[in-house]
Amino acid sequence: MTPDKLFVDRIHSGDVQSPAGPTPARRRPRRGEARAGYAFLAPWLLGFFLLTAGPMVASLVLAFTDYDLFNAPTFVGIDNFTRLFADQRYLASLKVTGLYVLLGTPIKLASSLAVAMLLNNAFSAKGFYRSAFYLPSLVGASVSVAIVWKAMFIDGGIVDRIGQGFGLEAGGWVGDPGKTMPMFVLLTVWQFGAPMVIFLAGLKQVPAELYEAAAVDGAGPVRKFLAITLPMLSPVLFFNLLLETIHSFQIFASAFIISGGSGGPANSTLFYTLYLYIRGFADFKMGYASAMAWILVMVVGLVTLVFFKSSKLWVHYSGEEK
Amino acid sequence: MSAVSTPTTVSTNPPRRAPAKARPTGLRGRGPRRALVFHVLSLALLAVVLYPVIWMLVSSFRPTAEIIGNVSLFPDEVSFDNYARALSGIGGVSFWTFFKNSLILAVGSVVGITISGSLSAYALARIRFPGRNLWFGLMIATLLLPFHVVIIPQYIVYNSLGLVNSFWPLLLGKFLAAEAFFVFLMVQFMRNLPRELDEAARIDGAGHLRIYRSIMLPLMKPALVTSSIFAFIWSWNDFFGPLLFLKDPALYSLPIALRLYVDQTSTSDYGAQMAMAVLALVPVILFFIIFQRHLVEGVATQGLKG
Repeated sequence: MTPDKLFVDRIHSGDVQSPAGPTPARRRPRRGEARAGYAFLAPWLLGFFLLTAGPMVASLVLAFTDYDLFNAPTFVGIDNFTRLFADQRYLASLKVTGLYVLLGTPIKLASSLAVAMLLNNAFSAKGFYRSAFYLPSLVGASVSVAIVWKAMFIDGGIVDRIGQGFGLEAGGWVGDPGKTMPMFVLLTVWQFGAPMVIFLAGLKQVPAELYEAAAVDGAGPVRKFLAITLPMLSPVLFFNLLLETIHSFQIFASAFIISGGSGGPANSTLFYTLYLYIRGFADFKMGYASAMAWILVMVVGLVTLVFFKSSKLWVHYSGEEK
Repeated sequence: MSAVSTPTTVSTNPPRRAPAKARPTGLRGRGPRRALVFHVLSLALLAVVLYPVIWMLVSSFRPTAEIIGNVSLFPDEVSFDNYARALSGIGGVSFWTFFKNSLILAVGSVVGITISGSLSAYALARIRFPGRNLWFGLMIATLLLPFHVVIIPQYIVYNSLGLVNSFWPLLLGKFLAAEAFFVFLMVQFMRNLPRELDEAARIDGAGHLRIYRSIMLPLMKPALVTSSIFAFIWSWNDFFGPLLFLKDPALYSLPIALRLYVDQTSTSDYGAQMAMAVLALVPVILFFIIFQRHLVEGVATQGLKG
């Protein structure tokens, strides 16, 4: 971080006086600092109260009401929650989303780590590969890619034809409730580039001496991976795991486009946020959808908590940690 | 793929005393054969990964009847008909209207996020004031919060203010630094700038506003560039927000127009769908090609998502 020339020029062009005694900065009354701090923070503070904290409270209240946007909300107690867990479509959305998180996240992380390790070599063009592999992560959640994905997996599409070559039944994946999940898992795994880039940054930090020492001791590649790479990478792995999991819970656009907004066939693509959208903004069950949103917050909060608690067991921070 | 994944393959012959210590692990001994293996592997993988994107591009030049099931990446004949149909728009609205709407939203997001993000980040990174840690903690917490929990009340409020079906709901949050990712990124960046800089300026009698404008903003240009690129692309690709708040086709952003197009032409016109999908991605791909360094480094250091 070298200060750029512009700045240096500015400092020197100002009439610099040699400071005698304690700097005025230190003397400045704290109240002035507080005022300045809050003035600069004002945009975020305003946004936090108006767009986050306020709506969160409102959403919590709404979760206990019946509200259709046109008539005043009526208080219904915990009805929304009890009805949720008797709602077959809601339970389906829980199952679909849970399965997606459980399958997609580990496979995606494993592939991103594998490619990161492949690229972590001294060969040239590493930067090129790194960027090119990242591209799907950039466009993966877009409507464009969802359309392409659908066209590829539809009856008679490319994947169907290739699958038939490997002896799979014909018929496409889009309309088959048993095959939509693999299709979505492939879509998320395809976007392995973002965690890969983070893994690569982590791999760069692993001291080469460790591997050299291990080689002297006669450790094989598997041993090196388990004893050096994984522990050294564990903070990065933890970060990626947390990020990808939370991210996976919120899949929406591709599910919406591929299923035409319905979550079909047979609710097999009824992801949590898609069902939330349907209930809240197509059926105008705002209270019901708010209850769903709060359950999502609690699930994500719980998962985060479990990750953080368990991280003490498996995440190792090296000496130069802050 | 995971078979490929044990790249710590150390050659069986004992490693030569390598002169460069910093050299990373794996595929050691940079003999031309190893390099060849590495490039063949990587290129094969890249071909698989980029196949869908290239296929989309090629398909957009094919007659509709030939798209589905055509595995080949080489068009037999190049036709621009799909693009002609895509550009003619839908529902009486021209493609360029959607494009313009997306552009307004994306540029508005960039402006909003760079201004509000840098101001808030300056407070959190450079000013010592009571409550700072509390606010910083709350800001980090919002990083993990699913936005679905706030979207329903937000919708109700915007609806009662008559702002649904306008760009307000999609832009206001950007000017109020509601996306904590960007504030966080800028805070982290500013914390790494040497303290002496602002202390020297303080001695010269500069106030916070002056320090922010004349010292911090020029110095944090890399962070601002990274934020701007991501802000643009995320806004450009955003589907949920526009789906919720834009009802009038004349206000549609490209992703929503694309969805309408798919719904209306779902029977057959894959050609025009592909052409429009390509057109919707053009700015993103251009940004990617021009700024890929910033994008990838932004991800590496801040853990941003795509």
